[in-house]
Amino acid sequence: MVVLHAEGLTKQFGKVQALNGVNMEVKEGEVYGFIGPNGAGKSTTIRILLGILKASSGRASIFGKDVWRDAVDIHKRLAYVPGDVNLWSSLTGGEVIDFFTKMRGAEIDKKRKENLIDRFQLDPTKKCGTYSKGNRQKVALVSAFAADADLYILDEPTSGLDPLMERVFQECVMEAKEQGKSVILSSHILSEVERLCDTVGIIRQGEIIESGTLQDLRHLTRTNLLIETKTELTLQGLPGIHDVQQDGNTYQLQVDTEHLDQVIQHVSQSGVVKLESAPPTLEDLFMRHYEGEAGGVK
Amino acid sequence: MGSQLFLQIGKLSRLILRRDRVRILAWIFSFVLISLITVVAFDDLYSSQDERQEIAATMENPAITALIGKGYGLDHYTVGAMMAHQMLAMTLLIVGIMSILLVVRHTRSDEEEGRVELIRSLPTGRLANIGATLWMMTLTNIALALITGVGLYALGIESMDLNGSLLYGAALGVTGIFFAAVTALCAQLTETSKGVIGLSFLILGVSYLVRAVGDVTNETLSWFSPFGWVLESQVYVNDYWWPIVMTLVVAIVIAGVALYLNAIRDLGAGFIPTKGGKRHASRFSQHHIGLTLRLQKTSIISWAVVLFIFGATYGSVLGDTEAYFAEIELMKEVMQQPGVGSMTLQFVTMIAAIMAIFSTIPVMMSVFKVKKEEKQNRIEHVLATAISRPKFLGHYLLVALITSLIMFVSGALGLSIAGANVIEESVSFSDLFNAIIVYLPASWVLLGLALVFVGLGRFNGLAWLYLGFTFVIIYFGGILKFPDWVKNLSPYEHITSVPIDDFSIVSTFVITLVAIGLMVLGLYFYRRRDIKG
Repeated sequence: MVVLHAEGLTKQFGKVQALNGVNMEVKEGEVYGFIGPNGAGKSTTIRILLGILKASSGRASIFGKDVWRDAVDIHKRLAYVPGDVNLWSSLTGGEVIDFFTKMRGAEIDKKRKENLIDRFQLDPTKKCGTYSKGNRQKVALVSAFAADADLYILDEPTSGLDPLMERVFQECVMEAKEQGKSVILSSHILSEVERLCDTVGIIRQGEIIESGTLQDLRHLTRTNLLIETKTELTLQGLPGIHDVQQDGNTYQLQVDTEHLDQVIQHVSQSGVVKLESAPPTLEDLFMRHYEGEAGGVK
Repeated sequence: MGSQLFLQIGKLSRLILRRDRVRILAWIFSFVLISLITVVAFDDLYSSQDERQEIAATMENPAITALIGKGYGLDHYTVGAMMAHQMLAMTLLIVGIMSILLVVRHTRSDEEEGRVELIRSLPTGRLANIGATLWMMTLTNIALALITGVGLYALGIESMDLNGSLLYGAALGVTGIFFAAVTALCAQLTETSKGVIGLSFLILGVSYLVRAVGDVTNETLSWFSPFGWVLESQVYVNDYWWPIVMTLVVAIVIAGVALYLNAIRDLGAGFIPTKGGKRHASRFSQHHIGLTLRLQKTSIISWAVVLFIFGATYGSVLGDTEAYFAEIELMKEVMQQPGVGSMTLQFVTMIAAIMAIFSTIPVMMSVFKVKKEEKQNRIEHVLATAISRPKFLGHYLLVALITSLIMFVSGALGLSIAGANVIEESVSFSDLFNAIIVYLPASWVLLGLALVFVGLGRFNGLAWLYLGFTFVIIYFGGILKFPDWVKNLSPYEHITSVPIDDFSIVSTFVITLVAIGLMVLGLYFYRRRDIKG
């Protein structure tokens, strides 16, 4: 069942075209990784999905309802965590968590709340004004996971968290997924996306340039190989080979996935001493799409 | 969908109440307390009708009208009429300030810091947040109106009946609601909370000055100011309710426009566009002192313009004042009043002292910018570079001193340019100019005090309270007959009023020494304490 469907979303801020036709689809029980460099349009897309910004054109629906028109209904079954949480400095963390729960129209499930507070090691009796960035983030995470939502929209939710808390967060996402909930996770921590997400969408300059399951995407990229042979290798003329580094009889190279078979057959003729292969990481994929794209606003 | 626009407004209103209960109660309590105390003081100081008529006689001139508003019932100056004449206009101005500060917290400030986004991600109506803010402001002002009204009536003073007292309260309440709506509108226009505060205060200030000029020169002009409307209710004299209703209707229309603009704009956006900035820092802002000045540029320019207009406004009524006193010159001999020249001068010195206090506000704000830098953790970036703490704070002090010069000169120029133009003989350009400038050392005392609190890292509010106290001494010192020892607590009282008395180098020197002493103390404290963040 499709939980979220977006088609041809565009957004203009004055003369600036922030989104240029974004398509997305998230199914029930799916974790969707949303990655892209700063300023590519991730947060703008998320705000449109939340019905906070109105798309200039295009359509988006969550639970089959229009994200702008039926925002209130949708939000009853949705939880959101932004990357930069600012809270009311005179309220305690515990008060804020309860406030969010009540606003969603739910009863406060004390056991669930206490359990999460415990796992995230949050002190809920402190005023929000005194929390560090990481702790404010925890308040938002606890109130999101304490909610019985069907869709979690998380926009760089772990910024400022330590690795231990990062792990707790990942457990929470996995648990939500096991219960058949859907998650949209925008993140710069690609290992996190790799571990958690079923589907990945890469956005660049307001457009989704690549999307699919991680398996699908890996086919588009290269495998890293480390080979040590008895005799010298002649690699010239082989198709699909990149970035060869030679150190004696040790070679480091990248191979296009479709030519892997051919390369391995060739290498095996020279007497393999050692062969290590690493699957392409999301980082490789990401870098490949963005290399040469860097640079600020001119 | 229409019915969903304000969904959960109740819960959001309770959130506002939870956040601001102390703040709101403190505001209401202060207004009620000060109003009641003033009435009791008036009743005590001017217990007989003859005494009150005496005061009324001195109130009947354009200068006083410009300053505190038109007087009604001056021929039968009851305690009620006196209260409405002396206190209402100034109280309305402060009610306006309350509304602006409370509304901006819950609208643009919350939006700027991403809290509105969090609220919008919950099942709430699109207009629920601004709706809740306006609703809580309405309740706050109704409470203010009722408590003040009932409180004034409960004092049991003959000339202050229930109807008049409730009207007095309603005048406060409706002004509060009006400026809440104005601020809500401004919050749609600019993208920053600073911009909203600036724009709202500009409207508040201009409204007050338009009334001042209008009341003296042209009655129609006063109808362009909400203060003109509300004061037209002639509390405790004729008790008209229609100006209150009219103001309320206009406020509702403004609030409606604010809601509409909020509904059609993007979150985070404003209707006044922001421009791109510079790509490189100018040579000037590559040093810390230049950067400090650069960060305050807009604020300094805005305040200088405001003070110039403020000075020019009061300068422009000096002509009417002089003409008025010339008319009663005949009476002068009979009543043995001082001459025309010195009566105008007396007004000039009072205006000068008030302007000096107003000019001190931006000076103190300038030095208190350090506090915000510290709270927002921006201070670390600077202190982590090769700069010592006394030097760091010293730069803020220097900028504040420069600010004080700019503010005083600007206000003084406004007053003297406008004044010298309309006045015929009694005062010269340099008289007017110097009348304000002599107060500079007094503002340095306040600056020094502010620096001490920055050094201590707490109790900043006390410096503002002290400034408020000096204002009360100048503004109400005459009518409330404070004892001398109370008056002497204000540094502004120790400055000789220049066009009337001779300039005293000794008192100026002593006050400057006190200021320097406080500044050194502030720098010393700052060096010793922890930087919070």
